[in-house]
Amino acid sequence: MNEHDMSTFWHWWVVILTLANIAGIYWLIRWTSKKRPGEAAEGAETGHSWDGLTEFNNPLPRWWLWMFYFTIVFALIYLVLYPGLGRFAGVLGWHSGNMLNVEDSQYHTEMQRAEDRYQPIFAAMAAQDVASLARNSDAVTTGRRLYLNYCSTCHGSDAGGARGFPNLTNGVWQWGGAPDAIKTSIAQGRQANMPGFGDSLGEEGVEQVAHYVLQMSGRADADSALAEEGQQKFNMFCSGCHGAEGGGMAMLGAPPLTENAWIYGGSLAAIKETIQQGRAGVMPAFQELLGEERVHVLSAYIYSLAPQ
Amino acid sequence: MSHEVVEKNIGLMVVLIILVISVAGLVQIVPLFFLTSTTQPIEGMEPRSALELEGRDIYVREGCYTCHSQMIRPFRAETERYGHYSVAGESVWDRPFQWGSKRTGPDLARVGGRYSDDWHRLHLTDPRAVVPESNMPAYAFLERREIKADLTPRKMRALQRLGDPYTDEQIEAAADEVRDMTEMDALIAYLQGLGTELAHWR
Repeated sequence: MNEHDMSTFWHWWVVILTLANIAGIYWLIRWTSKKRPGEAAEGAETGHSWDGLTEFNNPLPRWWLWMFYFTIVFALIYLVLYPGLGRFAGVLGWHSGNMLNVEDSQYHTEMQRAEDRYQPIFAAMAAQDVASLARNSDAVTTGRRLYLNYCSTCHGSDAGGARGFPNLTNGVWQWGGAPDAIKTSIAQGRQANMPGFGDSLGEEGVEQVAHYVLQMSGRADADSALAEEGQQKFNMFCSGCHGAEGGGMAMLGAPPLTENAWIYGGSLAAIKETIQQGRAGVMPAFQELLGEERVHVLSAYIYSLAPQ
Repeated sequence: MSHEVVEKNIGLMVVLIILVISVAGLVQIVPLFFLTSTTQPIEGMEPRSALELEGRDIYVREGCYTCHSQMIRPFRAETERYGHYSVAGESVWDRPFQWGSKRTGPDLARVGGRYSDDWHRLHLTDPRAVVPESNMPAYAFLERREIKADLTPRKMRALQRLGDPYTDEQIEAAADEVRDMTEMDALIAYLQGLGTELAHWR
């Protein structure tokens, strides 16, 4: 609750209701425990009997009564120390921070303390280049934690990828494996855009190109006759992005096709589907969430994963 | 023994019980209806698009809130993982809000833009295809169900009456916007819009 936009009416509403409630509770316990004329002596039967169950006039258990009084005292002390009574901020000046502009709140203090402690560490790491940072075990450990938190949902906790989400450990890069390329991928995100070629190639053409692609990866299940037919079509439709030799083109996000490493699956059916309908994988941008330095450390971790 | 008066007079007892149990609500809830921080949208916030609105209804229908909260608390441990903590102004148009209190899965208050549409589609269809450790149920059937486009303008009209700033043009265009869309499309659109109103993530 933001007490600063609470009007005077609601301020007093909260104050009066809260204090009246506490006073009422105190009055109630005193009122009910008062001796009345004509009531049964303590410990004696009151004369009420229901189905053979009789009621005794016993006092409230002492421990229970004292606990009750204690909660009242606790509430009053709390309301003096902490915010609770309308706009009154409490003498400790404590604030949770659930507001956008309170600087000394619990949240901001916690963040500031973490910043003071971790900022120099990240700054020192950010001063090193990604390639040498990838050999620094502290940086790699930190990067791994960042990875597990922010990246593993798509790329897997072992960074082995999933269908549609590249493996980061095999050294095959869609957008380039150089430190700067990795950093750009994380910071700015990536938007791949392979159009579908089902219409231009026809069913037969897709089959042929798929076999040619399999052949480029050195796969035994490639049919060389079909692959031969596919080569010409590959040169016409695919080589513009994937390169004449199928080496890929990181600038366009066209992955190499010679490594038998597949983002969308390496079965003949999966490859045909890719050629047929195209693929448009998206990597979200993380600069805003993570900030420059964490992106740098994360890049070092990703860089360290691939065989150099 | 004066409690005998209350015990033997059921009408009085009912009145007193109502009085006692209403105090907390009167103090803690009622003033919130009159504070700007809890009743005014945050700056620049737009009401959900027609498709997002339909997605929200699916989110509620499928009970996503039973495992996912949409409430990032102001603790570092939460804001490091999820982004800026939630503020009340972000959910003034949510009826009912989806804050939740149970996190079997992660908080979703700022999941918008965090993953690609493809990821959501794959994950909702078969969660373990992308997150092997996940115990989320699959929602593949959403892909086979179409949005009831004729109901969308009526939902928006109702929200407009309650104060959501939909324009009449938006409501007129709504049915065409969601026609032929699947429930999967709508849910993904809703998720991708979550929590993106607060410009600064950190």
